[in-house]
Amino acid sequence: MSLAQQSGENRMALTGNEAVAYAMKQVNPDVVAAYPITPQTEIVQIFSSYVADGEVDTVFERVESEHSAMSAVVGAAAAGARSMTATSANGLALMWEILYIAASNRLPIVMPVVNRALSGPINIHCDHSDSMGARDSGWIQLYSENAQEAYDNTIQAIRIAEHADVELPVMVCQDGFIISHALDNLYGLDDETIRAFIGTRIPRYSLLDVENPATFGPLDLQDWYFEHKRQQAEGMKNALDVIPAVAKEFAELTGREYGFFEEYRADDADVVMVVLGSTAGTAKDVVDAMRADGHKGGILKLRVFRPLPAAQLVRALQGKKVAAIMDRAESFAASGGPVYKEIRSAIFDCEQAPMTSNYIYGLGGRDIRPEHIREVFNQNLSAAETGHIDTPVRYLGVRE
Amino acid sequence: MAEILEIRWHGRGGQGAKTAATFLAEAASSAGRFIQAFPEYGPERMGAPVASFNRISTEPIRIRSGVTDPEVVVVLDPTLMRTGNVTSGLKPDGIIIINSERDPADIREQLGIEGFQIFTVDANTISTEALGRRIPNTPMLGAVIRATGMLDYDAFMENMELELKKKFGGRPEIVNGNLEAIRRAYEEVQAE
Repeated sequence: MSLAQQSGENRMALTGNEAVAYAMKQVNPDVVAAYPITPQTEIVQIFSSYVADGEVDTVFERVESEHSAMSAVVGAAAAGARSMTATSANGLALMWEILYIAASNRLPIVMPVVNRALSGPINIHCDHSDSMGARDSGWIQLYSENAQEAYDNTIQAIRIAEHADVELPVMVCQDGFIISHALDNLYGLDDETIRAFIGTRIPRYSLLDVENPATFGPLDLQDWYFEHKRQQAEGMKNALDVIPAVAKEFAELTGREYGFFEEYRADDADVVMVVLGSTAGTAKDVVDAMRADGHKGGILKLRVFRPLPAAQLVRALQGKKVAAIMDRAESFAASGGPVYKEIRSAIFDCEQAPMTSNYIYGLGGRDIRPEHIREVFNQNLSAAETGHIDTPVRYLGVRE
Repeated sequence: MAEILEIRWHGRGGQGAKTAATFLAEAASSAGRFIQAFPEYGPERMGAPVASFNRISTEPIRIRSGVTDPEVVVVLDPTLMRTGNVTSGLKPDGIIIINSERDPADIREQLGIEGFQIFTVDANTISTEALGRRIPNTPMLGAVIRATGMLDYDAFMENMELELKKKFGGRPEIVNGNLEAIRRAYEEVQAE
């Protein structure tokens, strides 16, 4: 996404953490619950100053663990409150059990996630193993290339989560340190515009609505559990319609267009790199340099990983020679990373499916450099010529 | 691709290398530039060698890799010159700006530095006199503006005043002391 500014937007210099905390301030949620310790994020620390300074109306609950933070926002969201928290790495891991409960109760919680490695060995730097591990928890997942996208995705996530056809929680992911702690330029909307865009949450059911009592989180055995899961899957499917509709309205406000993914010089590309998050920015620079030398590389930057926009991915990738699929997480399948598996599966049946290759990279914050990206393109441009991929799954930038 | 100026700051934990990179980026952003500022995160200990980085351009910046081949290196603590890695990756025509009471020729001879353009400024004395404490990071900003010519000095000082007031609004002596330190370093920095 290029930085485009609509008149009336403020140009700012903020870190990814500051940008998302600022978005949360503008959203002014009813409840934020968080556990104030590493690996919590600066997002909640900054947001807590807004609370202390009286700049938001939010009830801010300091709880005793990340598990409790998620439990508290589950309760608040069930009561009808617009509820948020933020987390990272092992903090997300400790929320695991309640992630599923939030999603299955169809609670529209929005949670910024700062993507960082899961221990062990102990590491605090960027990779996607935290949110990739949570990919089957029933949360929508949006990934951000930079602070602007983290900010914009946070605002759009409120609308997506609360949409009557969806009613699912959303993780808004940004790369730890690379985005979260780096000062970056972005444009921000004013509070009134954001509040008009997100409106007020009108819950379908509320714990506090004593006139219309409903049961929340009951025992749900062989007779109905399956139906509820089926409905939950339908909500995720509906998100495929709602996400672009919200993006369209957002583009009218800002001029910044968001799809399920961004295609960069992919139209006539022989090799398309599929990549999430900040690495897409570096890869765009590499593609420009390659194009200047006459090599046809392109990028497909995946913004929405849950739900997976399978039909759209087929349309984007069919007819290409190779899709080089990047994973910043190891799923220990001994046969490739999670993004690779999903994309490969999505395009398996399409006519003229590209060959696919997988690169696991950047674990624990290992720097991903333009020359690494170029190496990926070079290997796959050769494969495009020979029609053969020798080693489908490789590790990029690791000492062997 | 846009030309991107890359800067690496070397300091010791507590000297404000991260804050200096942030101030520079904020001032450059206010001047309409596109910026990045980020520190190197490792074990954080007072006095341990630390680094932080800037990218500054007239166009949006997309690259997110670490800075390995900067055009400019700033050294907040002269004792770091002896560790031997401050010039690592520095472009052959790059510049190195050192907080030191010695002049550039002296530093070049004593440390046997070949190539690069060396600047020095006595930021410790300047900050001690202007702020009553050894905080070399803000005066080094003045030296960077002078040595690189990357931003208009008057516009930079206006932006610094705004940023300092945001951070130290209730303490005008800190705002004014920092501005005085930056101005002196801008004037006193020595070229070869």
